[in-house]
Amino acid sequence: MPIQLEIVTPERLAFSDQVDSVVVPGAEGELGVLPHHAPLVSTLGVGELRIRKGGSEESFAIVGGFLQVRPDKVVVMAETADLAAEIDLERAEEARREAERTLEGGYEEGADLAAARAALQQALLRIRVAERRRREGRRG
Amino acid sequence: MASQRDIRRRIGAVRNIKQITRAMQFVAASKLRRAQESTLASRPYSDKIDEVLADLAAVLGAEEHPLLAHREGGTRLLILITTDRGLAGPLNTNTIRFAAREITRHSGDLTVVTVGRKGRDAMRRARVPLEAHFAGFGDRPSFSDVLPLARLITDGFLEGRFGRVDIVYSQFVSTLVQRQAIDQLLPIDYAEDSAAGIPGHQFIFEPNAATVLTQLLPRYVATRLYQAVLESRASEESSRMVAMKNATENAEELIEDLTLSYNKVRQANITREMIEIATGAQPR
Repeated sequence: MPIQLEIVTPERLAFSDQVDSVVVPGAEGELGVLPHHAPLVSTLGVGELRIRKGGSEESFAIVGGFLQVRPDKVVVMAETADLAAEIDLERAEEARREAERTLEGGYEEGADLAAARAALQQALLRIRVAERRRREGRRG
Repeated sequence: MASQRDIRRRIGAVRNIKQITRAMQFVAASKLRRAQESTLASRPYSDKIDEVLADLAAVLGAEEHPLLAHREGGTRLLILITTDRGLAGPLNTNTIRFAAREITRHSGDLTVVTVGRKGRDAMRRARVPLEAHFAGFGDRPSFSDVLPLARLITDGFLEGRFGRVDIVYSQFVSTLVQRQAIDQLLPIDYAEDSAAGIPGHQFIFEPNAATVLTQLLPRYVATRLYQAVLESRASEESSRMVAMKNATENAEELIEDLTLSYNKVRQANITREMIEIATGAQPR
């Protein structure tokens, strides 16, 4: 029995389909959801969300948010959600370098270090997710 | 009566204006489509956040989080959302007048945060204390654009500087109808029960309900703000589109009137010349 999964962000509905199972980055470690999971609301961290559907796998890089599991569907509310296949590796690398520069030069000019740290975290995540997908794509 | 050349010049000027207003009308129409799409696209997220909040409300009391707490006293904060650019029909005037009514009705301390240049200018003229000003969200406001504003008001509320925060904006009802609205943002007034059917207390909360609530509420505030900004965006473009359509039609009417008087003058001139020639040709 498949489950209905929806991934929503403030800007769009990023994903909506029937899937077999989903693994989300919970705030306290990865969390797998299979059909007939108990109703649950959980906070999410920064990480990779993996969807399994009929033997194929898809993944999203997601940042922050919540998971709601209901008997009829699973909803992920994330601040951002990028499909691994759509991540632009070069732009992510660029964002990483940018954030690292800010963090190194930081203190004296009163730059927003917290924002830079968040940006770095997000860039690293995107790179990780995109590279993993690329490796697996080659193997398969 | 104006001379033939004067009228011709005026027709040319009106025709140029008509071209500009017509171009603006089409630009506004295409921007409106995009603004409407982003308003619709943001709805699933905000609906879900509402739903989870209702789930939480079933297990937690109103005293669980300071953002939910009603307090006496404290300055009241109005967030006024207007446009950066003008030529948007009666939209800004209506929104500002709506806000002004709210401001004069309130007796205690009050301060305003404006989003959009038009609102700021009006508040400055009226000497209403301004807390902060945000501008330049652009044609496609992104969620991260509203985060600094959301931070400002939640921090101010938590510090006790603001006792209540309301948001004044223009709701997009349809292309022809935009309604000015005021929504209470803080303290958060949430729906008591989830309409989706499952009682909130059946949910497992991880790590626990209080932590979920602490993380959810600031996002809820940001989402509400974002929605109001998007609605105002759509209102702006639809109002501008209608205003420009009217302007184009008025220009057409004016051109018709001017052409008519141009022809009258021309005819009068011809007649006069004919008479002159006729009188001149008469044998003396």
